[in-house]
Amino acid sequence: MTSEPVTAPNPGRPPAEEADPRRRVRFRDPQIEMAHGAGGKASRRLVEGLFVPLFGGALLDPLGDVAHLEVDGARLALTADSFVVRPLVFPGGSIGELAVHGTVNDLAVGGAEPLALLVTFVLEAGTPGEVVEAEARALAAAAERAGVAVVGGDTKVVEHGKAEGMYVTTAGIGRLDPRLSLSPRSVRPGDRVLVSGPLGDHGITVLLARGDVDLESDLESDTRSVYPLVDRLAEAVGPAVRWMRDPTRGGAATALNELARDAGLGIVLAEEAVPVRPPVRGACELLGLDPLHIACEGQFLAVVAPEAADEALAALRAAPGGGEAALVGEVRESPRGTVLAAASYGGSRVVDMLVGDPLPRIC
Amino acid sequence: MRYVDEFRDPHLIRQAAAEVRRKADPERHYRFMEVCGGHTHSIYRFALEELLPENIELVHGPGCPVCVLPMGRTDDGLALAGRPEVILAAFGDVMRVPGTHGSPLEHKARGADVRMVYSPLDALKLAEREPDRHVVFFAIGFETTAPSTALTLIQAKARGVENFSVYSNHVTIIPAIRAILDSPGMRLDAFIGPGHVSTVIGCRPYAFVAEDYGKPLVVSGFEPLDLLQSIVMLLDQLAEERAEIENQYGRVVPWEGNPAALRAMAEVFELRPYFEWRGLGFISQSALKLRPEYAAWDAEERFDTPGVRVTDPKAAQCGEVLKGVLKPPQCKLFGRECTPERPVGALMVSSEGACAAYYNYVHRRSEAEAAAAARA
Repeated sequence: MTSEPVTAPNPGRPPAEEADPRRRVRFRDPQIEMAHGAGGKASRRLVEGLFVPLFGGALLDPLGDVAHLEVDGARLALTADSFVVRPLVFPGGSIGELAVHGTVNDLAVGGAEPLALLVTFVLEAGTPGEVVEAEARALAAAAERAGVAVVGGDTKVVEHGKAEGMYVTTAGIGRLDPRLSLSPRSVRPGDRVLVSGPLGDHGITVLLARGDVDLESDLESDTRSVYPLVDRLAEAVGPAVRWMRDPTRGGAATALNELARDAGLGIVLAEEAVPVRPPVRGACELLGLDPLHIACEGQFLAVVAPEAADEALAALRAAPGGGEAALVGEVRESPRGTVLAAASYGGSRVVDMLVGDPLPRIC
Repeated sequence: MRYVDEFRDPHLIRQAAAEVRRKADPERHYRFMEVCGGHTHSIYRFALEELLPENIELVHGPGCPVCVLPMGRTDDGLALAGRPEVILAAFGDVMRVPGTHGSPLEHKARGADVRMVYSPLDALKLAEREPDRHVVFFAIGFETTAPSTALTLIQAKARGVENFSVYSNHVTIIPAIRAILDSPGMRLDAFIGPGHVSTVIGCRPYAFVAEDYGKPLVVSGFEPLDLLQSIVMLLDQLAEERAEIENQYGRVVPWEGNPAALRAMAEVFELRPYFEWRGLGFISQSALKLRPEYAAWDAEERFDTPGVRVTDPKAAQCGEVLKGVLKPPQCKLFGRECTPERPVGALMVSSEGACAAYYNYVHRRSEAEAAAAARA
């Protein structure tokens, strides 16, 4: 205390740079566990408790997947995403396509038109050359389809056994779309929640492709760029779109819980309106999982003003790949910070963020 | 989904709920215990309590396998995982159960080789793929999962797989129901009988509930309509002063059970003289161990386990909640020190545990509503 300047307003308080509670490191978990990467509560603790206090400037606020910046009058969006999927190839896609779509989709739902990508490969020694070639080809083709240029990157090789074939990181840049102005703070009670298509296809496909569960289905990952759909939505109802998110790790439940918390509002889903394909429902039922916690790689959630909801839905449904879009819920004044799923027979349940990794039940 | 959607039909659910309200005698207070954790989960998942009249109280029973497992047994399993040659294979539910020094998942993050499997056969396959290691399967569950452990052991013996063993924590449901009926202060009117267990043991073993204790029991399915219909059947029995064993879940549960599954269990398992249940204490002949013919595949025979009894954290009242004496939010730790993310007691771990179910589906909403009301 003696080193404190006598003019300090209150010598008992922490140093000035920690006075802002958002600047205080609060991460106390003794070790990193898989749950810290699963997109749920533990992930949020790590990012908000450690990374935001240390790195967070104006750019990290609001905390989204995309940073907005203005360079010489150009309004740009910047994002990065890493891909560590196992197996590398699964029905409907592979890590190469995922690496493009994941980053492109973050830009798209961040309100930006995707322009270019940097790609970093971390390759494991011993990975067959043809596997690397196949993924490079898949990545190139996906980038071409999505209309983004791969403009650079990096390659590293780690010892055999230190990575599962390959990890891929992509960083993306996009131009902020003047038709859209998105923020959780612009969300109002009465707004409607829209989903672009069925939930959970990707997560369940990969789970089944791992071969740990002896279930067969013709399910495919939904991995795709959602930019064409976002573009249609922006064209149709632009300023009425308040918020968008692609429900990847942690699923729709986690994305909507983050919105409920950030907006300080409640979200009520109509359980029966949420589109879920029968094989996904079946697998979830069998394994004790909630489709709302399962990852998608080619869908997005949007909150739109009530008067624009029907037009927004019609625009998505008329677009290629948007036929299964649905209005699934509503923003309410209360219960604040909470997502509820209501059943039409009268009951409702709290839909929490994902805790840990999705685990199956035993009986 | 056939056989599921029909039982979640909103119109039929509303009708069944109306029938429950019509049949419940407003002069009476009913206490029904759902024995099975799967039922507890469904009740909260589908918010069925909101549909019931106030004088029907559902008491959550002991039918959640990881919830009734004392911490010392988890510690013993984790001690096995500490051996360098051992791969501990366990169901997902077990992965987050707290031991004295953390859960299997936390041990895994610190380097222990713990793997999640979906069936005991997967653990056996793992042993065959990894001949230089020894795979211990952390077996847990009632008669629902015991037959698959038994069939796996029969295959292990037939195929001569020597690097595989089972750490058996299988328990049986009947002695637990008897213990609850015998425990003082247990004012229950009737039972919603377990569905999955009964697919194996059938309905006959429950006869004593009606004959010796005069309580009705209806074996029930897991969908909203199943549970509401079972409650109607119990109300009918009570109104007509009958005490019988009835089967609501006839589409899945045969009255005589599954003889092939029972044969496999009898081939592999014998009853332990006694076993400790969290909350219920020691119950004689309530758990299964491997027969001497399978000693070579019995992890407790092959390895030394500490076998220490570990008491639950003092403030945790898991026992009282398990016996239905306390409701989850009445526990001192509920929602504060003990949450699904940082569980102190196992009832907060499994989605079938009363505390986790209550926390996930009810508690956060009432908390949020209370906060909203305070602001208004």
